[in-house]
Amino acid sequence: MIRPHECNNCKEHSTIFDDKIKKKLNPFSSGLSYLYMTANMKNIRHLYARAGFSLRFEDLDTLGKLSVKEAVAAVFRASENSDPTAIIAGNINYKDFLLANEGTKKMFLQEQRQQEKALNIDWVNKMSSTDAQLREKMTLFWHNHFACRTQNAWYAQQLNNIQRSNALGNFKTLLMEVSKTPAMLQFLNNQQNQKNHPNENFARELMELFTIGRGNYTEQDVKESARAFTGWSFKKDGSFAARPLQHDVGQKTFLGKTGNFAGEDIIDMLLAKKETALFICKKLYRYLVNDVPNNAHIGTMADIFYNGNYEIKPLLQYIFTADWFYTDNNMGNLIKAPVEFIVGLNRQFYITYQNPDVVLQFERALGQVLFNPPNVAGWPGGKNWIDSSSLMYRLKIPSTVLNGGVIEFSGKVDPEDEAFIATTRKQKEAVTTKIQAQADWAKFMNSIPRGTGKAAIAQTLLTAPLSTGITDIINKTTDIKALAIELVSTPEYQLC
Amino acid sequence: MKRRDFLRNTTLASGAFLIPSFLKPLEAMAMGDISGYKNLVVIQLSGGNDGLNTIVPFGNDIYYQKRKTIAIQQPDIIKLNDMQGLNPNLAALKEIYDQGWMSVINSVGYPNPDRSHFRSMDIWQTGSDANQFLTTGWIGRYLDSNCATCNNPYTAIEVDDTLSLALKGAKMKGIAVEDPGKLYQATRQPFFKQLVHGHDAANLNEDNLGYLYKTMIETYSSADYIQQTSKTYITTATYPQTPFANQLKSVAKFINSGLQTRVYYVSLSGFDTHTGQQNQQGRQLKIYADAVEAFVKDLKQANKLDDTLVMTFSEFGRRVEQNASNGTDHGTANNIMLFGGKLKKAGIYNDAPNLAQLDNGDLKYEIDFRSVYATLLDKWLNVNNSQVLNKNFAGLDFV
Repeated sequence: MIRPHECNNCKEHSTIFDDKIKKKLNPFSSGLSYLYMTANMKNIRHLYARAGFSLRFEDLDTLGKLSVKEAVAAVFRASENSDPTAIIAGNINYKDFLLANEGTKKMFLQEQRQQEKALNIDWVNKMSSTDAQLREKMTLFWHNHFACRTQNAWYAQQLNNIQRSNALGNFKTLLMEVSKTPAMLQFLNNQQNQKNHPNENFARELMELFTIGRGNYTEQDVKESARAFTGWSFKKDGSFAARPLQHDVGQKTFLGKTGNFAGEDIIDMLLAKKETALFICKKLYRYLVNDVPNNAHIGTMADIFYNGNYEIKPLLQYIFTADWFYTDNNMGNLIKAPVEFIVGLNRQFYITYQNPDVVLQFERALGQVLFNPPNVAGWPGGKNWIDSSSLMYRLKIPSTVLNGGVIEFSGKVDPEDEAFIATTRKQKEAVTTKIQAQADWAKFMNSIPRGTGKAAIAQTLLTAPLSTGITDIINKTTDIKALAIELVSTPEYQLC
Repeated sequence: MKRRDFLRNTTLASGAFLIPSFLKPLEAMAMGDISGYKNLVVIQLSGGNDGLNTIVPFGNDIYYQKRKTIAIQQPDIIKLNDMQGLNPNLAALKEIYDQGWMSVINSVGYPNPDRSHFRSMDIWQTGSDANQFLTTGWIGRYLDSNCATCNNPYTAIEVDDTLSLALKGAKMKGIAVEDPGKLYQATRQPFFKQLVHGHDAANLNEDNLGYLYKTMIETYSSADYIQQTSKTYITTATYPQTPFANQLKSVAKFINSGLQTRVYYVSLSGFDTHTGQQNQQGRQLKIYADAVEAFVKDLKQANKLDDTLVMTFSEFGRRVEQNASNGTDHGTANNIMLFGGKLKKAGIYNDAPNLAQLDNGDLKYEIDFRSVYATLLDKWLNVNNSQVLNKNFAGLDFV
């Protein structure tokens, strides 16, 4: 692999680049003119790929001069405040809807779908435009960790806002609040969890997927802890309600201890187990660092998380300032989730969509519809994102969006939309949608620091090392706009 | 030698970056036994098809008691035996049934059934237990099992524009092809070709970048193979003008042209009939049956029906008792329909569902759906089912 900035034979490799550009530039004359990214810039690019949704040329101007430590501080500063989503104005209840509007079931389903769409697009827009990239990136992590589905967009928004406001806060607070949301209580059937008729679903997933993970609890622990959560319910307005009449006040034996435990006690006991810190850190490592786990690094992360009382921010600060985070084997090697891919493209090219449904179509075709995870275990991620068709779409989407083309795919129907399909008698049909999106090319071109070489442009857009194939593309293409479109239409652009 | 090592070594040794030329020997290797090449076609009815109004248990009074307004009336039913018969919208299947090319397995399901569409579909597609979450599909794991042709993505084709979880394995994945001509064109765009031919050896490493390049190159190669092979067969049979019939028409074209594909996957939506069920389900069943009839006959005239087995499933059946909106709500066990020229036991495979012994208003399953998968894997696809289903399931006797 040719990595020109650090190769032993730079002279030879540099001849593959445009002579004109080379002559014009003296990489030492200005801090910003450069043929290749410096090692520091690459570190900052890496930080923005992982703590956010990608680096933009405009960021290079200011960030390029910062040390990694300073850049990390800037990342946290930008995410200090949480800006809740408020696109869904209120809770629509089926019965009230029918009364108030003299509506039909069909109208109700339509209204529900409109709200789900609005919420989804609103989040994509937020991720695409916010400065609080780390907060949104972590919200996306918790969205997948506490994977949940609800057809009530008001509940979905509430859960999303809890995940956002606690994204960098305390995991215990986050877990407690999530566990008391109508969305989760409904999704994991805790409404049906009552004294003498326990429903184990929530207790099981709490352990298997949210805290200590498989192998660290018994079936008996599931049964006993389910009793502790009996009566956990919610009111019509979406607020939590513990219903004493449905709560089992008997003795429960959980993880070797016996007492009249309530749900909160169970959560405390789970967090007292180091396995919980390890479980979360392993998942976070795969999300932010590498999908091949490094047990030593994960172990240190878990120590910090556990000893720091499950504070999330110090854990992230440790990761982003660790030397190992910036080693070559941890750079440019993660496959972007579809939403990261779409958002990254939106951010880097300042894209606006006249028809936001297109974004949903992308999500469907690429296999990640926000708020609709495949099951409570979330999206499996990594190589699972990529098959023949999803890769073909990924390679095609940038040029259609940036060049105003059309798409001819619709993606799979979500199973939960079947009732809607049945009522509207919709048939699957070939969909040709005009993308109707605008990239702000003027802004894009102006944001590229003067004198930036084509290779450096490539290095800003692609985090993977430049292969000979990419280098060929760079050499053949003289128009920067065309070059940018080509670079983001490569397998390399799927990585961050 | 592992296939990826082979790819890399060849590239290094020859210095050639041209992929199709050295993929060809692999494709040729797979051509071994063209005769007796068996295909499985999976049809997914999405939304939870009401099996009781599909294969109607008219001989059981309870059926009429529980479905006062939506039961199919006796004179309309196409009787198969003295207990069960076809919904009149399945009339096209009568002839197929009489030829011995159709079989119905009643009461198929799994323990602790889940009534959510997406979760139950997830369970059917992955072949998991109700409380287990698998990230690979059962057909995907079949591809992972190192079967003779499993190296190629086109060993499993979904006729659709995206790939279902069912066809995704840990190492191998099937390929989604809605239109082979379009896929071919897309992969022959100049820039795409440049990417395929321009990569270097390091792009084929075992890492994620290598995986992306490998997937891209295989798509390039598969698109060519599927297009060049399938275009040799000209469909003469007539199919109904529905998108679903079109998909089956593509499958028949693939099979009849001799494509080396073992599994095909298609789906039909619109079965979530909570309201006004009779019309809605009737429409969908007619689309289904008319297309299947054309498909089976098309295969028959091409002498491929004996080598083909079609399985139709839905993620769950519906509750025995209808609801207040002339519809039915989510239920549990359901029937599976099979078609093929070599069915060992044509007709009704087992007893009609027991409507007297219900579990909280729902049918109790008699046959685990994974026993059906196990039969397909063991007897049709020739791979040990425990390798794919993670534990051994006793097979059935329908092939």
